[in-house]
Amino acid sequence: MTQWLVNVDWLEIGRACWDTLVMVGVSLFFAVLLGLPLGIALFLTGKRQLLEQPLVYAVLSFVVNLLRSVPFVILLIVMIPVTVVLVGTSLGVPGAIPPLVVGGAPLFARLVEAALREVDRGIVEATQAMGATVPQIVFGALLPEALPGILAGVTVTSITLVSYAAMSGVIGGGGLGDLAIRFGYQRFQTDVMVITVALLVVLVQLLQMLGDRLVLRFSRR
Amino acid sequence: MIEFDGVRKTYRVRGQEVLALEVERLTIERGEVFGIVGHSGAGKSTLLRLVNLLERPSQGRVVVEGEDVTRLAPAQLRAFRRRIGMIFQHFNLLSSKTVAENVAFPLKIAGTESRAAIAARVEELLALVGLSEHAGKYPAQLSGGQKQRVGIARALACRPSILLSDEATSALDPQTTRSVLQLLSDINRRLGLTIVLVTHEMDAVRRVCDRVAVMDGGRVVETGPVSEVFLHPRHPTTREFVLESEHVDTQEFQESLQQAAGRVVRLTFKGAATYRPLLGEVVRRFGVDFSILAGRIDHIKDVPYGQLTLSLVGGDVEEALRALAEAGVDVEVLR
Repeated sequence: MTQWLVNVDWLEIGRACWDTLVMVGVSLFFAVLLGLPLGIALFLTGKRQLLEQPLVYAVLSFVVNLLRSVPFVILLIVMIPVTVVLVGTSLGVPGAIPPLVVGGAPLFARLVEAALREVDRGIVEATQAMGATVPQIVFGALLPEALPGILAGVTVTSITLVSYAAMSGVIGGGGLGDLAIRFGYQRFQTDVMVITVALLVVLVQLLQMLGDRLVLRFSRR
Repeated sequence: MIEFDGVRKTYRVRGQEVLALEVERLTIERGEVFGIVGHSGAGKSTLLRLVNLLERPSQGRVVVEGEDVTRLAPAQLRAFRRRIGMIFQHFNLLSSKTVAENVAFPLKIAGTESRAAIAARVEELLALVGLSEHAGKYPAQLSGGQKQRVGIARALACRPSILLSDEATSALDPQTTRSVLQLLSDINRRLGLTIVLVTHEMDAVRRVCDRVAVMDGGRVVETGPVSEVFLHPRHPTTREFVLESEHVDTQEFQESLQQAAGRVVRLTFKGAATYRPLLGEVVRRFGVDFSILAGRIDHIKDVPYGQLTLSLVGGDVEEALRALAEAGVDVEVLR
């Protein structure tokens, strides 16, 4: 067993784990920060909704679809000049975060839009009948009612970001993916590959478990 | 007072105008319980939603307490809506908020009262609908009747002068329906609230309404005091509703009419006449025999009534009918 894990530098693995967590955590934070308002805007301007605006919806929807249709590996490369401007480098953990945010935010926006659509129209109508303004309807009724769905969306987004973060190893992004590519793939160190993949599996399982718990915690139906 | 004046509501469906509602003139008086009955799709919910402008009329005016609501600016409309409570068939409570938070919600939206004042008001409202001990529960933990009581408490939170009820009892079992209707009736009496009640159940109208409008195909086909419309329905749709609520099978009833001998009459007793032994007296006096083909003794709101369909044979039928009419019984000769 020890013979087989001869290439594994546990300190390196530990650092890579931490890097992955930082990349996922920071990019998830910004993806939610940008994706939530975007998702709310998509919902409100949509057909037969409170602020129906076909043109605005078409533009937002097009941009979101555009970003979501670019494969993440390509997005990583296309984003390099922008990333350099934003964080000063396109390498390492900081260099991976802007493309991760741009990859995650549109996905999360769509999940927020879907979660808001799941809220019973009757609730919006009842709140309107109370004389509520649109912000009051959104923050007082829609978001609290959609919270379990939104939390499920955060979970899906975080797991997607784990896999995106691993991909960012291709352009020198750091973290477990970087380790897997540099040692596992390029130096044929299968044991490193197996360990990193196993850790990624564990991370995804933990995120899903945590997400499910949060969803349950806030479901009152 | 609510007035509909030349109101039309049309929708565009694939480039074609479809008329959903056309009400030339309809007035709902202050303080009354006004029923709107009709089959689904008759336009009754649309009519109700015009009052607080959840639906906007394509044409015409809706005047509520002297104000043409179609002309209100957005901020005025929001202030106006706070003076109108609304309850719904599926309750439309926020599942993420507790009972107390649901009732407090319209007060928070209005933003005119302090936190302490809101808490006191919520307590008062929950006591009114008999749910004080459920304040901390979530809607999912309540029965249908309890949910509707929360809906009523929430609708009353801002002390409205009008309560709109959109099929509020249609999702409830008969017993719960009765208790919710009783509550609405109490509220009407105690708070002097105008209630507009949309329903497809004639029974709900009979229990609580003062006046009723019957709708069919987007139009009001009959309107009047409930006792009048209920006991002497004129429009076919109204007749259908009344018979339905009496669980009379129209065809069976026609068959039994054909088999009956002699004169067939329908007698309607109202108020005090319901309990007097009028029929017995008259029948003895004029030597008439009768058999009962159909009958019902019940209440319209608080007024007792009886309605009997009889076949009369022998004796002096004409004189007997005259005597009954003189004693205050409504006599209709069916054959």
